[in-house]
Amino acid sequence: MTENEIKDKVVEILKPYVRNTDNLGSVSNSTHIITDLEVNSSRLVDVILAFEDEFDIEVSDEEADKVQTIGDAVAMIKAKI
Amino acid sequence: MEKRRVVVTGIGAITPNANSVEEFRQALFDGKSGIRYFAQLADHNFSAQVGGRPHGYENKLSEYFTSEDLLAMNEVMIFAGIAGIDAWKDAGLPIIDRKTDEVNWNAGAIIGLGLGGMDTIAEKIIPNVLAKKIRRIGSSAVEQIMGSSVSAKLGGLLALGNQVSSNSSACNTGTEAIVEAVNRIQFGLADVMLAGGAESGDINIWAGFDAMRVLSSKFNEDPEKASRPMSATAGGFVPGSGAGILVLESLEHARKRGARIYAEVIGTALNSGGHRMGGSMTAPNATSVQRAIAQAVADAGIKGTDLDYINGHLTGTFADPYEVNNWRVGLGVTPETLPHINSTKSMIGHGLGSAGGMEAVALILQMTHGFVHRSLNTEDIHEEILPYVNSVAVNRIEKEIKIAAKASFGFGDVNGVTIYRKWEN
Repeated sequence: MTENEIKDKVVEILKPYVRNTDNLGSVSNSTHIITDLEVNSSRLVDVILAFEDEFDIEVSDEEADKVQTIGDAVAMIKAKI
Repeated sequence: MEKRRVVVTGIGAITPNANSVEEFRQALFDGKSGIRYFAQLADHNFSAQVGGRPHGYENKLSEYFTSEDLLAMNEVMIFAGIAGIDAWKDAGLPIIDRKTDEVNWNAGAIIGLGLGGMDTIAEKIIPNVLAKKIRRIGSSAVEQIMGSSVSAKLGGLLALGNQVSSNSSACNTGTEAIVEAVNRIQFGLADVMLAGGAESGDINIWAGFDAMRVLSSKFNEDPEKASRPMSATAGGFVPGSGAGILVLESLEHARKRGARIYAEVIGTALNSGGHRMGGSMTAPNATSVQRAIAQAVADAGIKGTDLDYINGHLTGTFADPYEVNNWRVGLGVTPETLPHINSTKSMIGHGLGSAGGMEAVALILQMTHGFVHRSLNTEDIHEEILPYVNSVAVNRIEKEIKIAAKASFGFGDVNGVTIYRKWEN
């Protein structure tokens, strides 16, 4: 799976949690999940569970804590699949 | 301190026979039952296989909630959200944009529930705990099972800044919420309060009642006949669900903004029977019921004979004849002069924590539109209720309702009574 394919899936998973949908149109690796997309920080727990299901991976709490941007998520997932 | 006058300026409901107030008005007028057979209950060996559960509302959820909201809302929260937002809009109150930091400090909510959040407990918490997969419970279980889930979510959707909480007193919950909210406004602590109750139609809620053998199980083949308050062949209640919410407002505040006023809440009472004189966790102390009714009448400054209509608690159990007698004693009337009485539960079942709210909305609709709805399945009146037969709305009665009472009585031996007077400009 290419990085772009992973990124597309990550964005798709995040979509229902995004409160600032205006910023969804211009997502890049540096887009911050909480500050730019305004995802409620407590929902990151659910987003990580969705990553696990979608990519058939396991993410530790420590690894989850490091995911702040779209690029962080893509890199973390790419290293596991 | 002079108590402030409190009026009803908005109503909202989602019920087993209606997904909006307008549909509810029509359903009440037509005597339309919302009781259905549920194969799921039969599959799980329930004795009673009928119930009342709102349906067909799914396609309008996006009018009320964002996709993010819905990821963390269970059924009872959705019901309370729909009824609450509808009531708020019906009152002509403005919805504050979520993107602003504006808070409505003078408006709050007391929305109760009886056994809410059971679907979340059953689907998210118990299976994951048993499987030792605690992480998989996710982030939104707590906010969906906390007792205040229903009021808290509504508080956020409407930017409420006054008291936002949930009460619980079993089947008295919805009526108690209304009384508490009225008191808050009377004493000047809030100008506007959403008040009522909500309950989900989850199989796990209904199971405990089925186990108690208090549900109607003889009409599984004929669901619309199953809820039979005041009938000689009543054999238990039909479980229901939904939400009913009023917007209560100080008269002063309503007048200042030129609001349409449905009715004034002129009398209230809450009490309990102390589990004495026949009362228990599951049975009412008749004396306490009579006292609550008499107290509400005294609070309203009226006589029992001034009432035009009673929306009873009347569930379809052995307790109905006792309740009718309690109304007679509490109001100080004779069987011949008991006001017209019906049971909205005959159409929607017993909404438990939501009952008092949905039935208060039913009362306001009947008062506004001048009819007492048919109390379904009263063709064979219970012999102890026969002396009151002229008061029972066996058929729809079209008449002006100026003053009406709504009472709820709950497990735990608790009672709530409210009296409304139609608003006339």
